[in-house]
Amino acid sequence: MKHEIKMLPRVGKFAENKDFARDIRQNEILPALEKGKEIIINFQDVDSATQSFIHALISDVIRKKGIDVLDHIFFKNCNDTVQKIINIVVDYMQDVS
Amino acid sequence: MKIHLPNSAFLGNIDSFLRSIDTSNKNTLEVTFNEQWMSLHPVVLSMVYSLALLVEKHGGEITCEPMEAASKHYLERMGLLKILNIETGKVHTHESSGRFIPLTKITDSDQLGEFITEMVPLLHAPEQAEPIKYIISELVRNVFEHSNSKIGGVVCAQFFKKSNRVSVGVVDVGVGITESISRSHVVNTDEGAIKLALTPGVTGLTNNFGGTESNAGAGLFFIKSIAKINKDFFMLYSGSALYKLLKTPQKKPAKLYADPLKDRHSFIENLPCWQGTAVGIDISLERHQRFDSLLDLIREVYRLDIKERRKEKFKKARFI
Repeated sequence: MKHEIKMLPRVGKFAENKDFARDIRQNEILPALEKGKEIIINFQDVDSATQSFIHALISDVIRKKGIDVLDHIFFKNCNDTVQKIINIVVDYMQDVS
Repeated sequence: MKIHLPNSAFLGNIDSFLRSIDTSNKNTLEVTFNEQWMSLHPVVLSMVYSLALLVEKHGGEITCEPMEAASKHYLERMGLLKILNIETGKVHTHESSGRFIPLTKITDSDQLGEFITEMVPLLHAPEQAEPIKYIISELVRNVFEHSNSKIGGVVCAQFFKKSNRVSVGVVDVGVGITESISRSHVVNTDEGAIKLALTPGVTGLTNNFGGTESNAGAGLFFIKSIAKINKDFFMLYSGSALYKLLKTPQKKPAKLYADPLKDRHSFIENLPCWQGTAVGIDISLERHQRFDSLLDLIREVYRLDIKERRKEKFKKARFI
């Protein structure tokens, strides 16, 4: 079972609002993982994101579930900028956890 | 409090302006101006505006000497004279598009989102839109999350045609970096607190490296890195200390460091105490590095820094 989260309607073209990131994490990502679903986070048409936003979106998921949770999360349609920011957060989260 | 606006105060020469600020008596603000002309970095305007908002909020008194300077219209358009209650007479206002973002107070997340959306077209700098949005978002969110500023954050930006750069100022009058960082770290000086605040992975919300679920403690490091890699100025003033990232000479490659003291910088202590935090940055439009490439460099430095810290914390058995 897969749960897809389309980011654009929630966060706009510039993903910077950490309140939205927290809501998505708490209300969608973590509950869906609890149910054993795979998560697809779809960044279609999101131009950019801040490191703070991506941190608020996924760092606590990695902290709580362990780094292997990334086997169940897929980042879809990310442009270079978004992809690189996700990589930075994933890197330091596995290095510090 | 007293502030004198000189004819020139940019990040390269801002030290003398900061030294001249009198921050005693928080209930009054007296502003004087250079009589000829003024050309000021947005962080300077944001600082004056913030103090005026604070005095206004406390029901205090703002006084200004009559203003004769040729820059009167400029200060009017930036939104400074209104808060200072200065009569401007008839000012020919121009469309702000392509030149500046007037002084704006931002107090919540929704306002910030709207501001960022509306701001970018005004600066007419599409290639640098990403770092500019990034910088303003991260700095204003720092204000919300760490400062307890009673007026929120004040933002201002301007495009300078002659030097082909955009300058940005973000200022608050909150608790300042030392108090914020001290919530989770032991710091004795403003200088020490600023150093920690600029180090990736350090936040006032926890003493765990890597931060909390909502805060990684990397925002200021990213912003300093944007300035560094583009060989621009960046300044951070809080309490009595000023950290200034100096420009990397054009012929030298710009290298990123996790430790802000390894960058070419100046640290000035014993300045008049700024109760809050003032950040200024320049973004050159000529020699800007692609934002994507910058992220690659940041990733690399971040990883190396974490490895170094792990080595420091790595314990070995002791045999006696």
